[in-house]
Amino acid sequence: MEILDILLSATFWAAAIRIASPLIFATMGELICERAGVLNLGIEGIMIAGAFTGWFAVYAGMPLPAGVLMALLIGMAFGALHGMLTVPFGLSQHVVGLGVTLLATSMTYFTYRLALPEVTSPPRIEAFAEWPVPVLSDLPLVGPALFSQSPLTYLAFATVAAVAFTLHRTPLGLALRAVGENPASVEAQGLSVTGLRIGAVMAGSGLMAVGGAFLTMSAFNSFFFEMVNGRGWICIALVVFGAWKPWKSLLGAILFAAFDALQIRLQQTPIGAHVPYQVFLMMPFALSILALILMSRRAEVPAALMVPYNKGER
Amino acid sequence: MGGQAQARAVLRLSGITKRFGSLVANDAITFDLHEGEVIALLGENGAGKTTLMNILFGHYSADEGSVKLFGAPLPPGNPRAALAAGVGMVHQHFTLADNLTVTENITLGTEPLWRMGRSRAAARKRVEDLSRDFGLAVHPDARVGNLSVGERQRVEILKALYRDARILILDEPTAVLTPQEADDLFATLKKAVARGMSVIFISHKLHEVMAISSRVLVLRHGKLVGEVRTADTDKHQLATMMVGAEVAELEVRPHAPGPVLLALKGVSTPARGNVTGLRNVTLDLRAGQITGLAGVSGNGQAALAALIGGLELPDKGEMTLDGASVEGWSPRQAVDAGVARIPEDRHTTGTVADFTLTENAILESYGDAKFSRKGWMDWRAAEGFAQDIIARYDVRCPGPATRIRLLSGGNMQKLILGRVLERGPKIILANQPVRGLDIGAVTYVHQRLLQARDESAAVLLISEDLDEVMALSDVIHVISEGRLSPGFARGAMTPAQLGVWMAGHGFERSDHAA
Repeated sequence: MEILDILLSATFWAAAIRIASPLIFATMGELICERAGVLNLGIEGIMIAGAFTGWFAVYAGMPLPAGVLMALLIGMAFGALHGMLTVPFGLSQHVVGLGVTLLATSMTYFTYRLALPEVTSPPRIEAFAEWPVPVLSDLPLVGPALFSQSPLTYLAFATVAAVAFTLHRTPLGLALRAVGENPASVEAQGLSVTGLRIGAVMAGSGLMAVGGAFLTMSAFNSFFFEMVNGRGWICIALVVFGAWKPWKSLLGAILFAAFDALQIRLQQTPIGAHVPYQVFLMMPFALSILALILMSRRAEVPAALMVPYNKGER
Repeated sequence: MGGQAQARAVLRLSGITKRFGSLVANDAITFDLHEGEVIALLGENGAGKTTLMNILFGHYSADEGSVKLFGAPLPPGNPRAALAAGVGMVHQHFTLADNLTVTENITLGTEPLWRMGRSRAAARKRVEDLSRDFGLAVHPDARVGNLSVGERQRVEILKALYRDARILILDEPTAVLTPQEADDLFATLKKAVARGMSVIFISHKLHEVMAISSRVLVLRHGKLVGEVRTADTDKHQLATMMVGAEVAELEVRPHAPGPVLLALKGVSTPARGNVTGLRNVTLDLRAGQITGLAGVSGNGQAALAALIGGLELPDKGEMTLDGASVEGWSPRQAVDAGVARIPEDRHTTGTVADFTLTENAILESYGDAKFSRKGWMDWRAAEGFAQDIIARYDVRCPGPATRIRLLSGGNMQKLILGRVLERGPKIILANQPVRGLDIGAVTYVHQRLLQARDESAAVLLISEDLDEVMALSDVIHVISEGRLSPGFARGAMTPAQLGVWMAGHGFERSDHAA
């Protein structure tokens, strides 16, 4: 009964969409990279760097949109590093990705300590306020859930539409899908495999960083160590869950976020008094694994994912 | 065609040289291609045909020399420039993205990347028109992953036509086609040539070269060794030029068969995925005899090869080896029992691409006392073994430390032959042993198989090439839908009679007999 009440409440769905927003950005970022044939395990670190950069830019006096832009740029910079190492040099995508995560995380913490040496509790910023959409936000259930959110959440949904449109309706998207399937097909048609892949990794990494920035600029209003807390890894699973398709991945992000919102609320019900809280924390992950197994069985993996392309090699 | 002399040179290669390490793949190659002409580039495996065309298309840069297209120099190493200058290339290994449709593959890279939309309707219409005009039947909206090999090749040709290519390069285009599809391809090429297209046709099939080309260039060991007008030559002369010596006719001496080494009695195996299983198959493999298996691809050949190679066990029926029933059976046990396996696909199952020749040479025998003691490899012995094979089987390569992926198909196959024959096998499972090889290598492989037969091995030759089966086999069985015909002695059946069995007729009667 209580679960039903929760599922029918607008505040629950509003929370789910809010929790989903950073995942949506980062999942779209990972999806772009993987569609081009590059697994980007730098995602976790890039989100941390994005979270710090966006927050610190605003703390240092920049307007909020400029903070988002800064996060995007720092993400693209790490993407350029990842892309250079994995595409022209053809290094192992696993090793490079984990290296980028470690580098981005450590650089972020180091910079934080340098910039704020005296601070014991992290300063707060004036974050994005909710932008209720006129008329639509007055609708029952859907209104508060979807149309009374932070502008960054709207941007997240717009990003999904933009990624889907680009992939399927533009020549660039066609080339991107081809380069992740058979890079030789792209080269034989006179396009640059290296350029497309590095570009995709940079764009994708930029989106990951914006996902991180959502946490500091629209959710917690401050920066803590460990705040990304494995969200990047979840996004890698969400891309698989979504079978490398933007809209299906969006669905996965919302589903995961709904599980997460649900477990927080269940902890506060009488059941929560009897069950250890770790079980609730585990729930979204366990359910995600289950959903992954059910959903991804017939997924079509980009055939050239994780395969470096060496021009002229037989 | 007429007026060869006046026809404009559309392509001029001057002094092209390309080296890979110590190997000179192309050595100062110079020739012209004229408008509306089909030239054939003929040569053995590793002669440098594909390298030369990859330089022309811009996949590689030449170390020396220059390429001129329509009088203008072509910047090296840039496929985009080659495409823009009107060169279209149909690679031996197709360059298509399986997840895209036919039209998407064709239009890929033809529009500026940063446009907001694609002109899909117009592109689709043009693909349809071209495919109708040139007789290249393929549905513009079909996903390439679902197409047959023949259809994929049509997509590759459409890619070139869509970009208004003036020069078309085809690298071994018929290697993957059925005879009927090859005829269709030739018809398409003739249409294109009639409209002013110039074609470079790379092949080692002499009858095709004779049929389609007006001029033949012969490459040997990276050098251009001959140029003849097709009208002034014949197959025998071309073969001699290609190999560099008189090509020996294959001589098959009769040989008395020995005892049955491996027998199948009423064996059935399960169907796995697209692999047809065997149905009630009875077969004797005798020492000193080549047993040929004729049939259209996909009729159970793979299942039979898996069974004898140790990858599969009978569901029903009995398999006996030297008269004893086979109980446990695995690839290891098959190798230990003296089964030599020449796999159908030398790239994926015959070799490990990134291993060296030495490592590939001992893939089946690394555990022998010769190569390892108490679990420690003796690499010196292994390398000596590889050196032996390289010398005795004429494997052309820089040395035993070369990664095998750098070898041509023929040289790879010679290494595989050496690997299995040096063990003195009792049973040889030769599955498509000469597919994709040129005359020299084909003759070589056939001679080695005959020699093994004369040394009392039982050879099972599986081939889709009926001529090959008929030339080599002492006994021929036909396989169709997993069923096996009775054995026919050499010369007992005409190709047409075997064709009837291949089409699946005649089995009912033998089922009753069995």
